[in-house]
Amino acid sequence: MKEKAAYIRSKTFNRRKIMIMFFIIFFLLMFLIGRLVYLMVFCSEYYGQKAENLHERERDIKAARGRIIDATGTVLATNRSVCTVSVVHSQIKEPEQVIHALVTELGLSEEEVRRRVEKVSSIERIKTNVDKEVGDRIRAYGLAGIKVDEDYKRYYPYDTLASKVLGFTGADNQGILGLEVKYDSYMQGTSGKILTLTDAKGIEIENAGESRLEPVNGLDLYISMDINIQKYCEQAAEKAYTRKNADSVSIIVMNPQNGELMAMVNYPEFNLNDPFTLTDAMLAQYTREHTPDPESAVDGAGDPAALANPAEPSAEEKQELLNQMWRNQCISDTYEPGSTFKIITAAAALEQGVVKLEDQFYCPGYKMVEDRRIRCARTSGHGAETFVTGIMNSCNPVFIELGERIGTENFFHYFEQFGLLRKTAIDLPGEAATIMHRQENVGPVELATISFGQSFQITPIQLVTTVSSLINGGTRVTPHFGVEVRDEQGNLVERFSYETTEGICSGETSETMQYLLEQVVSEGGGKNAKIEGYSIGGKTATSQTLPRSEHRYISSFLGFAPADDPQVLVLVIINNPQGVYYGGTIAAPVCKEIMENILPYLAK
Amino acid sequence: MAAGAVARGSKRRVPDTQIKKEKPVRYFDYSLLFLLIFLMGFGLIMLYSTSSYYGSARYNDAAHYLKKQLFATALGIVGMIIISRIPYRFWMSLSGLAYISALGLCTLVIFAGKEAKGQSRWLEIGPLSFQPSEFAKLAVIIFLATIVYKTSKQVGDFKTLVKVVVMILPVVGVVAYNNLSTAIIILGIAVCMLFVASPKYSHFFVMALVVVVVGAIFIMLAGYRVERIRIWLDPEGLDENGHMRGYQTMQGLYAIGSGGLFGKGLGESMQKLGFIPEAQNDMIFSVICEELGLFGAVCLIMLYLLIIWRFMIIANNAADLYGALIVIGVMAHISIQVVLNIAVVTNSIPNTGISLPFISYGGTSVLFLLSEMGLALSVSRGITLEVT
Repeated sequence: MKEKAAYIRSKTFNRRKIMIMFFIIFFLLMFLIGRLVYLMVFCSEYYGQKAENLHERERDIKAARGRIIDATGTVLATNRSVCTVSVVHSQIKEPEQVIHALVTELGLSEEEVRRRVEKVSSIERIKTNVDKEVGDRIRAYGLAGIKVDEDYKRYYPYDTLASKVLGFTGADNQGILGLEVKYDSYMQGTSGKILTLTDAKGIEIENAGESRLEPVNGLDLYISMDINIQKYCEQAAEKAYTRKNADSVSIIVMNPQNGELMAMVNYPEFNLNDPFTLTDAMLAQYTREHTPDPESAVDGAGDPAALANPAEPSAEEKQELLNQMWRNQCISDTYEPGSTFKIITAAAALEQGVVKLEDQFYCPGYKMVEDRRIRCARTSGHGAETFVTGIMNSCNPVFIELGERIGTENFFHYFEQFGLLRKTAIDLPGEAATIMHRQENVGPVELATISFGQSFQITPIQLVTTVSSLINGGTRVTPHFGVEVRDEQGNLVERFSYETTEGICSGETSETMQYLLEQVVSEGGGKNAKIEGYSIGGKTATSQTLPRSEHRYISSFLGFAPADDPQVLVLVIINNPQGVYYGGTIAAPVCKEIMENILPYLAK
Repeated sequence: MAAGAVARGSKRRVPDTQIKKEKPVRYFDYSLLFLLIFLMGFGLIMLYSTSSYYGSARYNDAAHYLKKQLFATALGIVGMIIISRIPYRFWMSLSGLAYISALGLCTLVIFAGKEAKGQSRWLEIGPLSFQPSEFAKLAVIIFLATIVYKTSKQVGDFKTLVKVVVMILPVVGVVAYNNLSTAIIILGIAVCMLFVASPKYSHFFVMALVVVVVGAIFIMLAGYRVERIRIWLDPEGLDENGHMRGYQTMQGLYAIGSGGLFGKGLGESMQKLGFIPEAQNDMIFSVICEELGLFGAVCLIMLYLLIIWRFMIIANNAADLYGALIVIGVMAHISIQVVLNIAVVTNSIPNTGISLPFISYGGTSVLFLLSEMGLALSVSRGITLEVT
């Protein structure tokens, strides 16, 4: 009790101060609750969204690219399963083994692999387009941190078939060339997405309820190309290429009634499954151009590397050669059409009414235009001839005369009317425009040369398209491959329609043209293209490329059948043939060979 | 002396009449005990939820932190029971020793402490590590209660007040050397105890003014403190490397904000998966907000408020001023940590490392907190109820 007596008890002011302290704490905590309400109710969406962005990882699921299917239902471009190998730095446990496995399986240099494996990044891509078997083997190592993702790679079952038409795709499955570019948006499809939640290291959380957006596969493109016709043409082109030691051979097969292209060959083709490797033909051309001769040695002095090892193109040169290799000459290159253009001159003259079939001409083997003496192909002259025999003989003076009768102004008016000065709007990228004189610069000499297809340039596809409209009754068609797109199940999604322009020339002119060109094949300069039992129309051409001094020629032949109701039109162009270079001698037989094969085939 | 006489007189009269007339009702604050048990249980669950990611990532054992905390809690409960049965006046005689040993240990840790994140705060004793600054809080409570109790008649005198503050400055200084937040807490505890003991108010306004001025100078002196203020004002701002300045603060706010009203559910926090650095430590409240929402967070704050309220009841009814001062110290300790922790997590004040009592991971902290609870319960035992 004595001890207790010494106790000091709390006084009233102590209790009051304890109360004050409690209330201060109370109000502080209330303030913090208020702050929490602000953060968790009013800012909830803002912070919640930010947090979600932090946690979500998006992974793409690639959509399968649409296939390309020809008129016979043959698949010309499809997809193959390949793998993308990457490493996730934070998950690697045994870096040395990972490096070893990747070096062994992928055939990359150790240095390169080591650099990527040791790089601190969330995910590092090691190699794409790895064969599925290799991917499976890498997976079988069971090493942590290696990711093998399956992917699609474009695959072309026929390697080189119509390479410059079909085109190929890049690493991200995007079209790079040809139809693959033109119809990219249809074939691409829509990538799917997997949304997963990850922790701070980027490791996916299992059972986090990933949301998945399924990919929509690309649409299949159905084209008018017929693999059989394309193959016939490629064989024919190859034969001509080899036999004539030509630089290249181009062939176009089109239905002149509707513009559907059945074949388009630019021999030599390249391998679509390996588009970045130069073909032997390209390498040979490179070597030929870079073999030091007295002249070029001076030029090449600035580039000793090229001289030292002429067969090894630099990276820049290689790209240049690749671009050349990928070039679709039928639509991207212009040339002087030569005598095939006489079809157009004749049609213009008929439209204008300045010539009749029985009109008489005389060819002394040349024609004077102003002070220039323009020679005929037959220097001895064709003598007296009618318009019909003139075209059969492909007689230059007759057409110079026609050009004069038509007159520059009208001639250009017909070019415009025939659509010759516009692009054909073919559904392939890279179409070149017609290179024509300006009308005001055309004097008598120019008019004369235009009349027989020289001094200006058009693309082969332009020639084919323009001639088609002159022989199909006067309807300008749009040349095309794309017919329709269907989904995976084969349901029609879209049918492409192409512009046609009627009244290009009168039906009468068209019929006359059919007759004239049939005459050319049956009895005139194109008789090498004649096939028993078929009526074939056509026109030969031999043109010289610039500069004339090099004596390089382009021989060509344009043929169609049946002559009175053309269903198929073939243009054969042999670029720089060695030896005999006359179109009627070397190009017409190629056309004949093709026709012999495809006419019975088409009749089926 | 007169006051003492009154106290003695009343003290004698009340128990005497009760002892004689009726059996005295022995009091024990079971409400506080149950609140504490509930809070500890809740704390352990939340700690497990929060720390399992780091536990499995670092130790391949999701329960790694939980186990260590459970061990400390069990030890603390034993300590709490023992201390609650020792009459609290016993500590008066040990207060000087406690203070000296706290000062010694806190000095020792500067030289012999285990380094972690550039600061040595732990002393290693065999397999256990021990944080002397946690012990310092308890020691300061007992020490100040004794000093203030003994000078309670002069404490209204400003000189005495200053003398008392000066007496604890050595330990505050030593603790501040590597743990400024704890030093602030210790100072805060001292101010609260003096505030209750002193009959004056004006002294504390002066003190508050001094604290503000000294604090401002202190902040100006160290560049990184200015930086912390800047982070506080604009946590989303970017530094020169394009990184978010207040990374930790923002991660906490993302967690709080994404909790919404009712939270994502227990164990469903995303932010604890490595986004919030050391989520089981000072930032654990943000994970509670994320998992249990505003509702859970407010419930937890209410739980703390209830406990503080029990302290107030005990302090008000303590048998003597000594007991009341001890409980005030404990109450101040818990309140300051709760308020500052939640204020930091919600970015209401600049960031400083203060743990959430009974919930944040930390063995020493929970051990001494439970010892303090033992003291408070011991004080509650001394209460005799007047049954009328």
